[in-house]
Order: sequence, then C-alpha cells, then structure tokens
Amino acid sequence: MATTLAEAAETVESVEYAARLDHVSKSFAGPGGQQLVLDDITLDVAPGEFVTLLGASGCGKSTLLNLVAGLDEPTAGTITTDGRAALMFQEHALFPWLTAGKNIELALKLRGVAKPDRRGKAEELLELVRLKGAYRKRVHELSGGMRQRVAMARALAQESRLLLMDEPFAALDAITRDVLHDELTRIWEETGLSVLFVTHNVREAVRLAQRVVLLSSRPGRVAREWTVDIPQPRRIEDAPVAELSIEITEVLRGEIRRHGQH
Amino acid sequence: MASTETKTTATKPASTALAGVEAGLDALDVVTPAGRVPFRRTFVDKILPPIVATALLLVVWQITFKVVDDPTKLVSPLDVWNTLRDAWLQGELLGYIWTSVSRGLLGFLFALALGTPLGLLVARVKFVRAAIGPILSGLQSLPSVAWVPPAVLWLGLNNSMMYAVILLGAVPSIANGLVSGVDQVPPLFLRAGRTMGATGLRGTVYITLPAALPGYVAGLKQGWAFSWRSLMAAEIIASFPDLGVGLGQLLENGRNASDMSMVFEAILLILLVGIAIDLLIFSPLERWVLRSRGLLVKS
Repeated sequence: MATTLAEAAETVESVEYAARLDHVSKSFAGPGGQQLVLDDITLDVAPGEFVTLLGASGCGKSTLLNLVAGLDEPTAGTITTDGRAALMFQEHALFPWLTAGKNIELALKLRGVAKPDRRGKAEELLELVRLKGAYRKRVHELSGGMRQRVAMARALAQESRLLLMDEPFAALDAITRDVLHDELTRIWEETGLSVLFVTHNVREAVRLAQRVVLLSSRPGRVAREWTVDIPQPRRIEDAPVAELSIEITEVLRGEIRRHGQH
Repeated sequence: MASTETKTTATKPASTALAGVEAGLDALDVVTPAGRVPFRRTFVDKILPPIVATALLLVVWQITFKVVDDPTKLVSPLDVWNTLRDAWLQGELLGYIWTSVSRGLLGFLFALALGTPLGLLVARVKFVRAAIGPILSGLQSLPSVAWVPPAVLWLGLNNSMMYAVILLGAVPSIANGLVSGVDQVPPLFLRAGRTMGATGLRGTVYITLPAALPGYVAGLKQGWAFSWRSLMAAEIIASFPDLGVGLGQLLENGRNASDMSMVFEAILLILLVGIAIDLLIFSPLERWVLRSRGLLVKS
C-alpha cells in the first residue's frame, strides 16, 4: 500500500500541494530556557488554494511564514514547498533606491530573467496590479495602497507557485484595504497562485480565504479549521461572512481567555 | 449557458468599477510634487542671509581694525583683498590653490580606495569587526596633526608624507561611515532580499551596499573634511621649499615673514576651498542620494 502510494506520487507530474508542513515545531532560546513558539503544526496548502492563518498575538504566525519562506529552520518536523515561496510583508519592503519598475526588475533579475525581457515583464506586472503609469515612480511618491500593490507585483515577479503574505494590509486605511481585498481575490483567481495569508483580522480572513486555520497562542498550535464555502466575489460586509466571523471570533476569544486563567 | 452569460456580465462591470475606485483612491492619495520655488523666495530664504552675515562680519572686522590700530596684529579687509589681488595678478593664487587641492583630492581618492574595502570588511566579518572596529572609531578622535611627526620620520619631507597623513586622517572616517551605513540597513530589506534570492555576494551588491549608501556618503563627506584638515596640518608643519607652495605653506610663510595680510589670505583661502569642495561635490551628492529616497524634506 505504502509503496503504491509512493509510486503514484512519483508518476504524477504536478505536486499535490503548494506547501506541506509536517509536525513542525520551532523554539527559540529565551530568558527562561528554550521557548516553544510553534508546536506540532501540520498543514497542507493545495495548489491554487487560498488559506488564511488566524491568531492572536504570540501565535507565531510570522515565525511560521519565515519557516515556509526558508528564512529560518524548524526545530522539528519538515516543511516542503513547491519551489521557493514569495513573501509579502506588512511594510511594503520596497527598496527606496529603486523606482517601482526597477524594484520589480530586480526580482526578475535575481530569478535569472534576461535583461531585454525584464522591462516588458515589469510593465505587465504593474498593469496586473493596475499601476500602469507607475514604472518611473519612486517609492516615496506612492501612497500606502500603491506601495503594497507594487510589492505584490514584485512578489509575483518571483513566479513562485506559493505567495506568503504577512498581514500585508494591516497598516492601510479601511477603504484602501477593502479595495485591495478585491484586487487580491482578482489576482489570485487570474494567476491560480496558492496563497498563505497571515492576519489577526477575523473578517479579513473570512473575506479572502477558502480555508481559515485558527492558531492558538503560546505555543502556536492548530486550534481549528473552517472551510469557507461563500462564493467569490465576497464583500467583508456580506451576511455569511459576518456570520462565520462571529463564530470564529467566539472560538478565538475562548482560546485567548485560557491565557488569563492562571 | 445562460448562467455563464449572466456571470460574465455580472463580473465585468464589477471589475471595471473596482478599477475606477482604485484609480480614484490613487489620485486622492498621490502627493502633489511641490512646484518650482520662485527665485525671489530662494534668494530671500537661502542666499540673502549668508550675504548679510558676511557683510556684518566685514563691518565688525573693519571696526576692530580701527580700534586695535596695530597692522602687525590685525590688518584690514582691504589689505587682505589687495594681497589676494596681487597674488592673482602675479599668477600665483591659482598655483597655491591647485597645489593643495590636487594633493587633497588625490589623497582623498587613495583614502576612498582603501577605506571602502576596509569598511566592508569590518562591517561584514565578525572577527575583523571585533578586532579593529574599536581602533577604527578611536582613530577618528585622534587629531591627524599627531601623525605628521612620525610620517616625516618614516617618509621624509616629500609628497608621500602628505599623502600618508591624509590617509591616516580620512580612511577611518570613510570606513566608519560605511560600517554605520551597513549597520543601519533595515533588517526588513535583507529579509525581502533573501526571499528574492539575494543571498551572499548578490545580497551585498544588490541590497546591502545600495541600502548603506546614505551612511557611506556621510562618511565620504566627513572623510573629505578630515583629508583637508590633515593636509593643512602637514603643509604647515612640514613646509619645505621643494614641496611647492600650497595653502598651508603660504600660511607658514606669512608667519615667518610676520606678514599678517598673507596669514589672513591663507586662512581665508583654506576656508573657502574647504567650503567650495563641499558645496560643489559632497553636498550635491548627499542631497541627490537623500532626495531620490524621499529622505530629504524640502524646507
């Protein structure tokens, strides 16, 4: 049985997951000895799937993304990804010494795209995030929302199958954030990317995801999962979104309450 | 069939509406670049104040000259002007300046070529940093005049001695500037770079060095100031006829001849050249680096 499964996995060309976390734990050296941040996380992201990781402070969301991005090594367990993942941060992390277009071109260059192809590809990506005229703009000349869209274009330039997003809209105003939710959903549908999106905003998680994974805090464990069947395009104000958000919030608060009872 | 049709017609307008909202948001958020400042305002804000200050200084100088009334201690602005004009008419003025400036800039370029790799080494290699980092920052507080006597003993009274003194003065500044520039690179940039595949040498070339540029340029600016000061110290202490007359020697010659006008002429020229090089080379470089990154707020 096991051999047939392994054989089957080898013969199938496409990988069946964009990311696979198998019993992943991570601890850091703290003041009181080793501090466990992530405890036995097992999680699969299917190709083309949109998963949000939800949790309160101290659930190790960012640590988890760092592990998946390969910026850090797990203490135990294994992480497999389909190629290198692209990562987007809460801060745009665009390089201020380059124009918007050149930021994207740097990602292309580091990926090995030949020089003559870079310009056109960068403009295509800018068009995808609807910033056609921004090629020559410096980072400081762009608004917060525009910066995050350039950052998104730069992440897409890496042509990863998996896009990791670390609270990318948390610092934006509510109006811009709503618009970027719509944009992200559109781009996700157009590109067929897998997305692992970290947030502490329950409604944002439900608005965007096909699957919401709730992490408990200190240490981070998978507490519960929800499949979101609400058809896209959704809005954050939609009744089904609100309903599920209330349900998830209740569980989340229950998790948080446990930390106050010592 | 019918359902697909309704679906496409339903999503298309939604998508164009979204694009419209987004374009509107972008337009509202965009920072309108400040228009060109009219010359009158630049004149009143930036050019007039130093002119007034200089004029006041000249007036105070003239009054003090009248009060002191001793040409061996203080000469009038007009005397200094005449000395300058004579030097110009005799074709010597540019010679003095060029002797010093060419030495200073050449020495600075040597310091740049040495200080940059040294700074990079200290910034990136832990052992090197622990070993010579403190010495390097300590050297910055050592007045470079202190290097003149040993340099004369090592190398004799020649141009190499001057360059040695410039290097000892400027290399620590340039290296330290680069080190603090690298230290101040936001970790976020390094993380972003690493996820894009900029690790090792590629990370240094594409992320660390460009991100460290503002600190590096500040170091260059300070390095030039140190080069110039070191050179003047060397020229004053080690004045020797064969070395040609630079501004430092001019000052020393003025002292030997008890010629107060010549002393003031030399001091004035040293000051003006230092300011001119900074205004022509280093300040524009620094402004360009900061402005292109949005770090310079127009006042």
